[in-house]
Amino acid sequence: MKSRIDGSASGMRGIAIVCLAGLLAACGTSTANNSGTNTASAPGITETSITIGSTQPLTGPAAPGYSEIAPASNAYFVYLNQHGGVFGRKILYEYLDDGYNPTITASQTRKLILETKVFGMFSALGTPTHLAVIDYINSEKVPDVFVSSGCNCWNNVSKYPNTFGFQPDYTIEGKILGQYINQNLSGQKVGYFYQNDEFGLDGVKGLDAQLGASSVSSDRRQNYVPTNTNVGPQIAALQASGAKVVVSFTIPAFTALALLTAAKLGYHPTWVVSNVGSDITTLTGLLKTFSKGAVGGQLLGGMVTDTYLPLVGDSSNAWITLFKGIHDQIIPGLPWDGNVLYGMVQAYTLAQALKAAGRNPTRSSFVKTLEATKLTGGPGLVPFGFASDNHLGYLGVQIAIIAANGTEATNGPVYTSSDSGPITQYSGSASSPPANGIP
Amino acid sequence: MSRFLVLTVNGLTQGAIYAAMALALVLIWRATKVINFAQGAMAMFTTYLALFAIDHGAPYWLGFVVALLSGLVLGGIVERVIVRPVESAPPLNVVILTLGLLLFFEAVAPMLFGGQIRSFPPAFSIVGLHLGNSQVAFSPFDAFTLGSVLAVMILLLVLFQRTNLGLRMRASAFNPEVSRLLGIRVGRMLTLGWALASLVGALAGVLIAPTFLLYPTFMDQVLVYGFTGAVLGGLDSAMGAVIGGLLIGFALSYVGGYLGSDLETVGALVILIAVLMVRPRGLFSLQRLREV
Amino acid sequence: MVTANLRLGRLVRPTLNRHLLLALGAAVVLVAISAQIGAYDDYNLTAVAIFAVAAAGLTLLTGLNGQLSLGHGALMAVGAYTASLLLKDHQLPVIVVLLLAVLTTGIVGIVFGYAAARLRGPYLAGATLTLAVALPQLATRYKSIFGGDAGLSVPPSAPPAWLGADFPPERWLAWIALAAAVVTMVLLANLLHSSVGRSFIAVRDNEVAAALAGIDVARTQVLAFVISASCAGLAGALFGYWSGVTAPAGFGLGLSLQLVTAIVIGGLGSLAGAVWGSIVLVFVPTLTSGMASSLNVPSSVANNLPLAIYGAILVIAMLAAPHGIQGALTRLLALARTRWGHSSASGKKGVMDWDDPAPNP
Repeated sequence: MKSRIDGSASGMRGIAIVCLAGLLAACGTSTANNSGTNTASAPGITETSITIGSTQPLTGPAAPGYSEIAPASNAYFVYLNQHGGVFGRKILYEYLDDGYNPTITASQTRKLILETKVFGMFSALGTPTHLAVIDYINSEKVPDVFVSSGCNCWNNVSKYPNTFGFQPDYTIEGKILGQYINQNLSGQKVGYFYQNDEFGLDGVKGLDAQLGASSVSSDRRQNYVPTNTNVGPQIAALQASGAKVVVSFTIPAFTALALLTAAKLGYHPTWVVSNVGSDITTLTGLLKTFSKGAVGGQLLGGMVTDTYLPLVGDSSNAWITLFKGIHDQIIPGLPWDGNVLYGMVQAYTLAQALKAAGRNPTRSSFVKTLEATKLTGGPGLVPFGFASDNHLGYLGVQIAIIAANGTEATNGPVYTSSDSGPITQYSGSASSPPANGIP
Repeated sequence: MSRFLVLTVNGLTQGAIYAAMALALVLIWRATKVINFAQGAMAMFTTYLALFAIDHGAPYWLGFVVALLSGLVLGGIVERVIVRPVESAPPLNVVILTLGLLLFFEAVAPMLFGGQIRSFPPAFSIVGLHLGNSQVAFSPFDAFTLGSVLAVMILLLVLFQRTNLGLRMRASAFNPEVSRLLGIRVGRMLTLGWALASLVGALAGVLIAPTFLLYPTFMDQVLVYGFTGAVLGGLDSAMGAVIGGLLIGFALSYVGGYLGSDLETVGALVILIAVLMVRPRGLFSLQRLREV
Repeated sequence: MVTANLRLGRLVRPTLNRHLLLALGAAVVLVAISAQIGAYDDYNLTAVAIFAVAAAGLTLLTGLNGQLSLGHGALMAVGAYTASLLLKDHQLPVIVVLLLAVLTTGIVGIVFGYAAARLRGPYLAGATLTLAVALPQLATRYKSIFGGDAGLSVPPSAPPAWLGADFPPERWLAWIALAAAVVTMVLLANLLHSSVGRSFIAVRDNEVAAALAGIDVARTQVLAFVISASCAGLAGALFGYWSGVTAPAGFGLGLSLQLVTAIVIGGLGSLAGAVWGSIVLVFVPTLTSGMASSLNVPSSVANNLPLAIYGAILVIAMLAAPHGIQGALTRLLALARTRWGHSSASGKKGVMDWDDPAPNP
């Protein structure tokens, strides 16, 4: 800060006051202070690095697929660090295995906050696992951003002021899928096949809001638990009920199991599947060996799903080119699929948020930035809901349909909604990535 | 198709799977007096090996043979190298050892083969057979599974009851010291016991993987229910293992179908306790309890 | 000098006094340690104490009474859910919650103990294994009571005001857990040296002989089961405070198997072994858990390496130290005695418990 040399006493005092005011302003908010030096402005931040932490199911029954997300985020951070990081700081990502066990999540979270002293939690995965630690994290006033789960429980600004969601919540998704059914598959009997926890139940709530709860009788509502891979009775019940459309709030393994079991029974409804369970790469891999013979790739053809990010197989999309390039360079051993894309988009979004928070953020200034700044220009097809009264992530989805040869294409406009509000069409346009892929 | 019929067929196909694992556990118990908690994980490993071969161009049946042979070899090596030194230690030590092996195999498999869920080809079509004008949830592959389980059961019965080799194996497990005095190569019998059990386990793996999907922990559920079925039927009886496994399959199916899938394991528990209170050594236990 | 020794001896020789003195000493040391270390280390110390309580009960049941239970994780769940339900709508003092958890789990232990009294060996193992798998499912089924998959949250126990406003809650919980562990150890140690303890061992070694000697075998089995269940219930309630959440996934079969691993690695039948095993159980995973993000290897390797190492450690431990850590320590001690001591090395092989038996006549 330069002070002008001025003879008059009042001028000096005036300058002093202006300088003081400026200093106070800089200390108070540190927003968009892009010049200056790095300081250790918060726990987990040093002059040269920012450390963030996460709990992920790296081993155990939930690991297949989901264990790719953190390495994918890390790959983007490695790329980012190679290109100067954020304000010259490297992002250090410490993700710990919790095996999808809430008790281990509790202990690993305490390790990250008490021992590793991370700046914030990022991408913590799982609904029951994160519910186990959300009170603790908020009582420690640690930022808890982009929880990897579509539960609307993360949107509770008064109780969990530091927690922010990421993906569209399951109820919003259910509503938009339900709307598609009303518009395109009306008159056909609908059945539900859903996971018997928040994921499935919230999705069903959204579906019921659109289709009318009474129009789907109880024999057409079948559920499963991930610990039991035998879904034969449920699919048989759906077949017996005459459902011609089945909405499936399932994880990918159970989407595949449902398809296989249905094929076994000669049951071929129209499948409408949540984006959680419709990853093309995973599904085609799971059904590949059954495509020789009577059970064919026709299993996937006609499947309706939804997306909020560019499609994994859309090689003409600049974001896909960017992220696939990073994948091919840094984590070639992992398949290129929806989980990897998800992890990288989360990392990109964090980089955007850190940049917006300014050179020397504190934990609370970071949270405030997230609420105040519209994180636009990212890969998402829909905007984020982040505001001072809303901690929901992506606000909607676009329908996508899978063809028999395994390719996916979007269908119709992008919609946004809220848990209880109407569905509105989103008219914004998609952005392109910045030149070198750094926000 | 009535609900009851659906659940019965479902119980039969699931039960056959648990029976397969139960047979492997009974085999190793009769031959070595050990419960191998790593049986499922070893079967998972051999199934991955088979898939590796198939991915690299081998036809299905060659992969099948790869699985069985690698099971044989793996079981033998594990016994000779890892289990043999703890043979004379307290029996619980072997349990912990097998738990360690379980964790080890479940960790090494994704390191070698990747952690994604894979599909494993079935030996025959999984499309259900036609019964009249409806399709039953029983496919040629299910028939093959059931048939294999029954064939293994018969082979084990013959081995243990009728052959000299089986007698030597049983003697080695029952009383190693006396068996040695009688000239039986106890060590060889134990290795053979583990090798054969692992072979049966490997067979179970390739029979189960198509419908359960292949991933590192896919055999955990099978091990638990297979063990329950083996205990239910009596660990000393191969026929008990099959009947126990089938009973567990039926129990889980009926309880799950009529009362809700989240009560399934509770149903299995109740049935197991009920049976064990009346027959503490399982349904087909051979020994009578000595009463004072 | 001699009279002083004699008087001290007469004070210390009764088992109870000896144990109480040891407990007091241990308590002082532990409080001192916990005050020095940071909050996260206090957190881990609490975990060790909790597992030690559960492991002590289990080692009594399995090591001394010969009943293998693969279901003690489910019994811990009973204690934890009792605590969670009690704390759901009321604020209760910790001691009340713990005692009620012990009581409830003890009752479950009576029921299951009687059902399983006639089971032996792998059959008991199978029955308890099914218990371990089935009981948590009740929580998922009766969602409105037990909170389903997300479970119930357990509010932390706030340190009392007289400790100061800055007293870390982790340390307070460590003190509670350590107190519970010390009390449990004293009670169990006294039990082992009583006729009840001897009847446990007698039934394990030869049921028929024990029955002929007048011991009611079934009652002994049930008593052992109830005592170990009560320990598990106490540990479970503390576990709820410690993790802040009581969810079915936290009490799966894995937990039961971990407890069995702890008692065997530590030294079967030995209370000290229960402590060693708990230390291994808590610290080996924490030491290896940060590896995944820091290693420069493919993620499929990095993710799974800690688990592979843990499994390998179990295998190697069984190969190298068949009598567990306590067994190895005892052997070392005996070796040291014969080398440098005036020893009547009592030639004790196998598992020993905390106090040496009376010297040979």
